[in-house]
Amino acid sequence: MREITYRQALNEALAEELERDPNVFLMGEEVAEYQGAYKVSHGLLERFGPERIIDTPISENGFAGLGVGAAMVGLRPIIEFMTFSFSLVAFDQVVNNAPNMYTMSGGQFNIPIVFRGPNGPAHQLGATHSHATENFYASVPGLKVCAPATPRDAKGLLKTAVRDNNPVLVLEAELLYSSKGMVEPPDEELLIPLGKADVKREGSDVSVICYSQTVPVALKVAAQLEEEDISAEVLDLRSIKPLDEKAIYDSVTKTHRVVIVEQDHPFCGVGAEVCYRIQENIFDELDAPIIRVSQEDVPMPYNERLEHAVLPNAEKLTAAVKKVCYA
Amino acid sequence: MTAMQPVEQRDEVEMLSLMLLIRRFEERASQQYQAQKVGGFCHLYIGQEAVVTGAIAAVRDDDYIITAYRDHAHALARGTSANACMAELFGKETGCSRGLGGSMHFFDRQRHMYGGHAIVAAHVPLAVGMAFAIKYRSEDRVTLCFFGDGAINQGAFHEALNLAALYKLPVVFICENNLFAMGTSVKRSTSLKQIIDRAEGYDIPGEIVDGMNFREVRDKVAEVADSIRKEPHPAFLEARTYRYRGHSMSDPASYRTKQELEKYRLDDPITRLRAQLTREGKLTNEQFDRLDKQAKEAVMAAVKFAEQSSEPPLEKLYDYTYANGAKP
Repeated sequence: MREITYRQALNEALAEELERDPNVFLMGEEVAEYQGAYKVSHGLLERFGPERIIDTPISENGFAGLGVGAAMVGLRPIIEFMTFSFSLVAFDQVVNNAPNMYTMSGGQFNIPIVFRGPNGPAHQLGATHSHATENFYASVPGLKVCAPATPRDAKGLLKTAVRDNNPVLVLEAELLYSSKGMVEPPDEELLIPLGKADVKREGSDVSVICYSQTVPVALKVAAQLEEEDISAEVLDLRSIKPLDEKAIYDSVTKTHRVVIVEQDHPFCGVGAEVCYRIQENIFDELDAPIIRVSQEDVPMPYNERLEHAVLPNAEKLTAAVKKVCYA
Repeated sequence: MTAMQPVEQRDEVEMLSLMLLIRRFEERASQQYQAQKVGGFCHLYIGQEAVVTGAIAAVRDDDYIITAYRDHAHALARGTSANACMAELFGKETGCSRGLGGSMHFFDRQRHMYGGHAIVAAHVPLAVGMAFAIKYRSEDRVTLCFFGDGAINQGAFHEALNLAALYKLPVVFICENNLFAMGTSVKRSTSLKQIIDRAEGYDIPGEIVDGMNFREVRDKVAEVADSIRKEPHPAFLEARTYRYRGHSMSDPASYRTKQELEKYRLDDPITRLRAQLTREGKLTNEQFDRLDKQAKEAVMAAVKFAEQSSEPPLEKLYDYTYANGAKP
């Protein structure tokens, strides 16, 4: 194991999959000559050439659709959105074409495509550039959605996504790109299955269920609460869809108390679905009502103080954990 | 680039009988729709037969084709059986999309028919992706992308044309201009004097063809496809045609005059090819009647086949959501 950044981990995953399968190509805005808007594709143009690392015009609907068409005839495109906020311009391709094709062709055309890029709020980008899209996309049958929080998970999930025969969204996070973590050396194949959650910290009093940018928040809060004799288990979903229900029920059966900390909005958010499944399946295990910590239900303000107030931050999570623990 | 595969010359009498099959299929589909055997939306191709048959006659069987929701004819022209097409309309498991697609989503992978797409212009980027794959693999195929005049004002269409021109991809954009996007005439929808000017805006060569004339469509598509095989590039054809029926089954087409419809009926693509072949001594009246009878019989048999086929089983409901059949 060695320590690398989340960005490097994604870069390795791309390079390894491009190396392994000639049908894989990377396409998006600024992925080639500019080396990636967030430098995730750094060095790939030089290594794999302009036929496989392809710059596009600012034309998300066009190149997302191009990817789906190429996948229909057997290529395995990786389509980068500079941010998933821009994927909304391509919503029809991601929601109508990619996941419906397999059904409406009666199983003749599966679409092995990866849509990837940063998702969720970053820092003071304002309302249009801060969308957390995981709940939109996870509600669509035919799509798979994952949201890795660590360099190791980012690498392993992206590699798995490229090999999946269905459309998979890999939701990265701008604020995680420079974060570091331990990852297996490049000569060791690292594949992390979709639909497997991961206990990032063991605990016995409360389960804090999180993913993507809320994982570091949860870990920080769990460390602080330990000093107050509250033992929080941090369960990182990693995949939103498929959802690892077993891991959730195992953790809740141990702790009997749950806080879900999600980076999307409260109404029809990911946490709402998790919450519903817990009460439906293991109602009797709960010793307290579940609390969800999410964004506030407002478009993201630019102002830094207000932005912090909108986000699912450490203060809100701490208060929620104490409340479910009656502490 | 591998050695170029030749395009097989298609017999014109055979192509006429294909046009007859399409015409009789659509008439029967309309009747079955009215009898409530067919659900959802249903858009008929009657009047436009020369466009798809002409285009298909000009390309190889391994070339890619993709179209919008007025798609029955495109599958039939590619050789999908009338049985599989009618069964799809009936929502049966023996349909060309196992009864899961319906009228607007006919697919036939084996025959390189890539749908059947119902969001206007959303398939034009897909066609560009298929052409991208051809170039990526250094093949000499072409992609034929059919769409209506209603598609040319959608963003997806414009983005796709720009990408095709930018990357020099082997795709023929075939605009089946039947003068109406649902009930809105081209004059009321499009700021241009002529549709091919849209292509010129992207530096794509465009030409107008008489979409009621099988031979003209075939020869123009052949010329364009041949040029693309030699050196990949996009091309644009506007086939001027007319649909005799409304936009869909629920549309009485009251936005146009009887005189206009009659004018086009007199220029019917089937009558026209029949007259050409008869004049040249390649077809007798008896032969034509026999071909027409065969088409009608094939379509009647298809109705029977569809009626007798099974519904897709409820137990398989989750089998076609993810490629590995897993329930998420």
